Amino acid sequence: MKDRFNLYRFASPATFYPLAGAMIPYFAAVSVVFGLAGLWLGMLVAPTDFQQGEGYRIIFIHVPASWMSMFIYLVMAFWAAIGLAFNTRLSGMMAQALAPTGALMAFLSLWTGALWGKPMWGTWWVWDARLTSELILLFLYIGYMALTAAIDDARRADKAGGLLLLVGVVNIPIIYFSVKWWNTLHQGSSVNLTKSSMAETMLWGMLLMAMCFWMYSIAIAFMRVRTIMLERERHTDWVKALLAGDEK
Amino acid sequence: MIHWKSFADFIAMGGYGVYVWGSFGVTALIMIIEPIMVARNRRTTIARLKRQMRAETRTENRNASE
Amino acid sequence: MFKIVMAVIARDLKLAMRRQADIVSALFFFVIVVSLFPLGIGPEPDLLRKLAPGVLWVAALLATMLSLPRLFADDYRDGTLEQLALAPHPLGLVVTGKVIAHWLVSGLPLALIAPVLGIQFDLSVDALLVLTGAILLGTPALSGIGAIGAALTLGLRGGGVLLSLLVLPLYIPVLIFGAGAVDATVTGLGGEGHLSLLAALTFASLGFAPWASAAALKIALE
Repeated sequence: MKDRFNLYRFASPATFYPLAGAMIPYFAAVSVVFGLAGLWLGMLVAPTDFQQGEGYRIIFIHVPASWMSMFIYLVMAFWAAIGLAFNTRLSGMMAQALAPTGALMAFLSLWTGALWGKPMWGTWWVWDARLTSELILLFLYIGYMALTAAIDDARRADKAGGLLLLVGVVNIPIIYFSVKWWNTLHQGSSVNLTKSSMAETMLWGMLLMAMCFWMYSIAIAFMRVRTIMLERERHTDWVKALLAGDEK
Repeated sequence: MIHWKSFADFIAMGGYGVYVWGSFGVTALIMIIEPIMVARNRRTTIARLKRQMRAETRTENRNASE
Repeated sequence: MFKIVMAVIARDLKLAMRRQADIVSALFFFVIVVSLFPLGIGPEPDLLRKLAPGVLWVAALLATMLSLPRLFADDYRDGTLEQLALAPHPLGLVVTGKVIAHWLVSGLPLALIAPVLGIQFDLSVDALLVLTGAILLGTPALSGIGAIGAALTLGLRGGGVLLSLLVLPLYIPVLIFGAGAVDATVTGLGGEGHLSLLAALTFASLGFAPWASAAALKIALE
């Protein structure tokens, strides 16, 4: 009888380690392809914006970075839930591997937001709902990384961080809603960072860049999780064999 | 197809060059430095773990031969 | 079920009464921080009146942060927390009791002193009333959400600062609606909307936070 393909095999670090290693180059390559296509469309083909001139092209970084910062947080929370529910080790490692990249995406979103705001609205920072929520998301990332770094025991770090992520993910809609409320009350006109209707090339450029960032994030997260696995599982046979065999 | 009339135009970005290239520049920086840091971390971790492994086998051998 | 909560409240209050200095110093911290702002910004009454709700609320957040580590730390140190976790009644109820007791000795005094400080900022009587009500309504949420942070950071080095890092972003909705209520009263729009949202936040956090804290405590106690 043929063995049925069992996905749960890959929940074991020993099996996932080589799989992740094999996949990294593919994700990196796909990311480059998407990036080149997105940059071609966004930087070379897309027309000038009627209101914002050439400065609008920052959205090809800003929007993908914002999307990724939120998406990565959700993925982290997903792994946190899996880890807490099924007590799997790899889920916690995956969440920790994703965190720095997510934080960098949040930072990039804020950085590009500031560089966009300065020529458009005259100030380096605008307290609009989206940028403010992005700032708070960065705080949530930093809190998670600080908490997991402060706990020596890896399993406790995973679980505590996981719980923090779940609490955070529940709070994010509340925080976003309250910031929106705060923003509309204190500002007469709401500042709109994305255009309501976009030329097709602009939209496609944005989507391609978003895919580029996504593939990049996966590749980086896989790289990081492999190092985490080696560290955590250093007393297992497979790691010992790997280290012994790899005399580079 | 290509929107720009000259390379100088492309760099100038209609006057917004500093902001646009400031954004893309930092992005490129991050996407270069992050993988390098992760790779370096991996190398240091592997070196450290190998050292610990060797130290442990040495103590095991010493304890076994006593 | 109710009896467990009451018993925990009674015990925590008795213990708190033995350490009155802690409660009073948190209160004085509140007063000092609030007084720092005019010293930093300038004494102009119009500006101070506008800033008052935000300043008072931020100071209240910080004062609450100061007293949060006490929530579980003492019991953790002498082993009581482990006993409470092993006991047959649900840890969530125990935490509910602790959160209520914490509010009684931290949030409640803040709410009582706030109007006095509000006078320093030349707030109208209406605004003072809404301020007191908002702080009364919002500080239980602060205690509840703070309990989650206190449980997650139990026994860790860098505890207090780490706790603030985790909890302050989660406090932001309470801050927005709490300060917003007073602002709305001052501008004449009426703070009812804000106060109802604040009430919703408090009830939601009192409902969920004790159970999240209990889960965090179990993780910390393993």
